[in-house]
Amino acid sequence: MEIVTVALDTAGVEAARPWIEAAGAEHPSLIDQAHVTDELFGFVNIPNGVWIDEDGVLVRPAEPAWPPRETNDKKYADIPADTPQRMKDMLAEARKIVTDSDGYVAAVRDWVEHGARSRFTLSPDEVVARSHPRPPEHARAAAAFELAQHLWRRGHRDDAPRWFRKAHRLHPDNWTYKRQAWAFADPLQGPTELYDSDWLSDIRAIGAENYYPHDPW
Amino acid sequence: MLLESLRLDPAEFAARTGWQAKPEGLCKGDRCVPMPSRASDVLDAEVVAQRLGMPLLHDEITGVWVLGPEGGGRALTTAVAPDLRLPDVHGEMFSLSSLRGRKVLIASWASY
Repeated sequence: MEIVTVALDTAGVEAARPWIEAAGAEHPSLIDQAHVTDELFGFVNIPNGVWIDEDGVLVRPAEPAWPPRETNDKKYADIPADTPQRMKDMLAEARKIVTDSDGYVAAVRDWVEHGARSRFTLSPDEVVARSHPRPPEHARAAAAFELAQHLWRRGHRDDAPRWFRKAHRLHPDNWTYKRQAWAFADPLQGPTELYDSDWLSDIRAIGAENYYPHDPW
Repeated sequence: MLLESLRLDPAEFAARTGWQAKPEGLCKGDRCVPMPSRASDVLDAEVVAQRLGMPLLHDEITGVWVLGPEGGGRALTTAVAPDLRLPDVHGEMFSLSSLRGRKVLIASWASY
């Protein structure tokens, strides 16, 4: 099996490169500056993943794709005392996010070993049916987000936010739309005059346990 | 999909959206939508938007048009993976089809 990573970064390769180099990545490490995989696969958050078989057919649609990592309790155990309060609050919410790295990795391993006979392999009809709904407002959100990115990249930084806001209003469950725009205004993705929402407020509104909605394996 | 004009190149449109120009119209998976002229010719973005249910935006500042994805269904209209083409971290163009014959896990991440 080949792992391919896709960096959803409007700021491009310069934003993603330090992380890729720090990870010593040897797999294809792609740069998706226009977030086209949001559109093509239905990614709505990071990390999201899709599985594709040897014939080029999707056998699982976009879903949370948690890599192996430390447990939240261990990861967030030692927060320096001088950490800004807002960051402490964000980390407290992050600690409550529900992930299942062990389950995801076990499912991937099962698919690699058993292929089409894996119980995690879905039929083409199931893949389509389980992909995210795309009502007309989500399609309009995608167009608004693309225009916002275009304006931002072309240097129209004062004009981009209104289209980012439009995308957020039309598709509030798309966290990549929101996090990308918030991060341009504030690296901590906190409240600013530009946007109606911020990471901490929004995750509190939905409940951290709903940040990565996923059916049980 | 960013457009400098309302004239759509079928090959570029297919690469970005998965909708292929065929004699019967524009097709994706098992679905085909007739077009008023031969789909292999240059496409009219307004007609495509109307027939495929795609939003079409115009930006007066930079003069570009944006054609969004088709709405009203699911994010995927077919399980056939698109031939994703993106640059890698070294600037080399990567094509998903180059991995045909192998299982592939595509995982998204971001620096923010």
